[in-house]
Amino acid sequence: MDIATTIEPQKYAIYARKLVKKFGNFIADDNLNFEVHPGEIFGLLGANGAGKTTAIKMMTGLLKPTSGILKVNGYDIYSESEIIRKSIGYMSQKFSLYEELTIYENIRFFGGIYGLNLKSIKSRAEWAEHTFSLSGFMDKRVSNLPLGWKQKVAFVVASIHNPAIIFLDEPTGGVDPSVRRNFWDNIYQASINGTTIIVTTHYMDEAEYCQRICIMDQGIIKAIGKPNELKNKFLVNTMNELFIKIVRN
Amino acid sequence: MKQLIAFIKKEFFHIFRDWRTLIVIFAIPAIQLIVFGYAISNDLNNISIGILDKSNDEFSKKIVSKMTFSNFFKIGHILQSEKEIEKLFKSGKVKEVVIIQQNFSKSIIKNGIASIQIIADASEPNTANLAINYTSALINNFVQDISKTTAIVPPYSIEVKMLYNPTLQSSWMFIPGIIALILTLISVMLTSVSIVKEKEYGSMELLLVTPLKSLTIIIGKVVPYFILSIINISFIFLLGHIFFALPVQGSLFTLYMLSTMYIILALSIGIFISVNVANQQVAMLISLVALMLPTILLSGFIFPIENMPKWLQLFSIIMPPRYFIEGLRGIMLKGNGFQELWINFLVIMFMTFIFIILSIKRFKSRLI
Repeated sequence: MDIATTIEPQKYAIYARKLVKKFGNFIADDNLNFEVHPGEIFGLLGANGAGKTTAIKMMTGLLKPTSGILKVNGYDIYSESEIIRKSIGYMSQKFSLYEELTIYENIRFFGGIYGLNLKSIKSRAEWAEHTFSLSGFMDKRVSNLPLGWKQKVAFVVASIHNPAIIFLDEPTGGVDPSVRRNFWDNIYQASINGTTIIVTTHYMDEAEYCQRICIMDQGIIKAIGKPNELKNKFLVNTMNELFIKIVRN
Repeated sequence: MKQLIAFIKKEFFHIFRDWRTLIVIFAIPAIQLIVFGYAISNDLNNISIGILDKSNDEFSKKIVSKMTFSNFFKIGHILQSEKEIEKLFKSGKVKEVVIIQQNFSKSIIKNGIASIQIIADASEPNTANLAINYTSALINNFVQDISKTTAIVPPYSIEVKMLYNPTLQSSWMFIPGIIALILTLISVMLTSVSIVKEKEYGSMELLLVTPLKSLTIIIGKVVPYFILSIINISFIFLLGHIFFALPVQGSLFTLYMLSTMYIILALSIGIFISVNVANQQVAMLISLVALMLPTILLSGFIFPIENMPKWLQLFSIIMPPRYFIEGLRGIMLKGNGFQELWINFLVIMFMTFIFIILSIKRFKSRLI
């Protein structure tokens, strides 16, 4: 963090300083200071109500911060949200694709919204079909798919326009560990291609997959760093122990 | 523009793939038209009546045959004496008894005057009223007949002329109301439900993260329902014309102008509801309770506003469908134009303005 202040904020995918969000008297996020490097997989960890989702909503422009500095891809969230929106993808906590539409129609719709022409939409659909092994299912309605598949398609939709950052708000809630493992392979793939991934989770095994994590509790950042460094620092062996130790104190 | 088209396309997919929506859009209007047009009718047909003809002569027979051959009445009972009347009414077999005096023809020819007594069962006041009106009309008609064939000059003559709806078809009264009802259903309920559904499922969040402007989202949401509403009212006008010979005395242009403005008002109410509620059930309930019931009960659709208690009349002033139904009836039945209906147009425009302002205020306070 000390180095961060010396480098200009434009270099970061996310740059937050003294970021605060209040709902009335309730402080959802209190004085957040963090940054995310381009191409990194960055995990936000915490129990329900820790302020992870509020933080993601501020970064995606769904909520306006009460005060503080927040830059996304080097652009200011207060004044340049129009530009930011073009370069980010978002997969929300609630599973939220259009159920009456087929996989391809969902892709075409969101592609259309991001201003892709039909040719690039088709090539992106082919990419998705290939990368996420969706062949034979592109014309199936989303309502008929199992949850793990829906989440896969939601990830495809979030990355349809090749965004610089993809935000994933508890992307793997409610699916079994093997499907979750599978989903993380896709996240790795995107990260290798240079996309920054910011993910919230309360599964501790998933925290291990992140390159850096940020543990939050009651709106405050308790610890931030690489998973192994944090484990060493707090003298614990597993993520679970780390989390319990940090949050209980 | 490209984004908007993609959005509208998606919205049509939603509508045409959800059979419940399709039922609401296409089956309900047809059913309502049939129910209100045929079943719930204020017209009287074949009212059973009793006749006590004390004279049984030329003129009295003429009257009885006139009543027999009209579609309004059927002779349910021929009475022999007044004593039977009470029993007959109590049994419910007849709604009306017509008593013709003794020496009916003679009295008319000699004195130029004769009496007919009409007794009606007023436990159903509307039926009784209508039956008596029909009977008087028939007798009046008879008086005119005999004045032509004989030298007798009737002491009086009533001439009743029903303007604008000469055959008193209640379907002509109902169809404008049904149109208002259906627009409420499609424009208010379906629009608000479809917006709230996106909020509930979280897809609205997804849309707000994209470069789509809020205005594009709202326009994209309402355009499909606007198109459907226009198609639907045309469909109802057509059905009304084919099955009930519903006229359009005024210009089609004014008719569609008024309808378009009311649709926009209804859509803005739908948006107003959807920015204020969080789930589909509440949206549906509000549309039903706050709009559907007043449309049926307070806008003059079924019950005339003039017959309501004063406080309810005041309440009906703020009911948007009132101005639409009144305007529709004016255009369709009376041939009214802008000169007569400018108040209706103005009120509808004013209400639209209010709802849009309120919605924008609310929308802004929720999102950046």
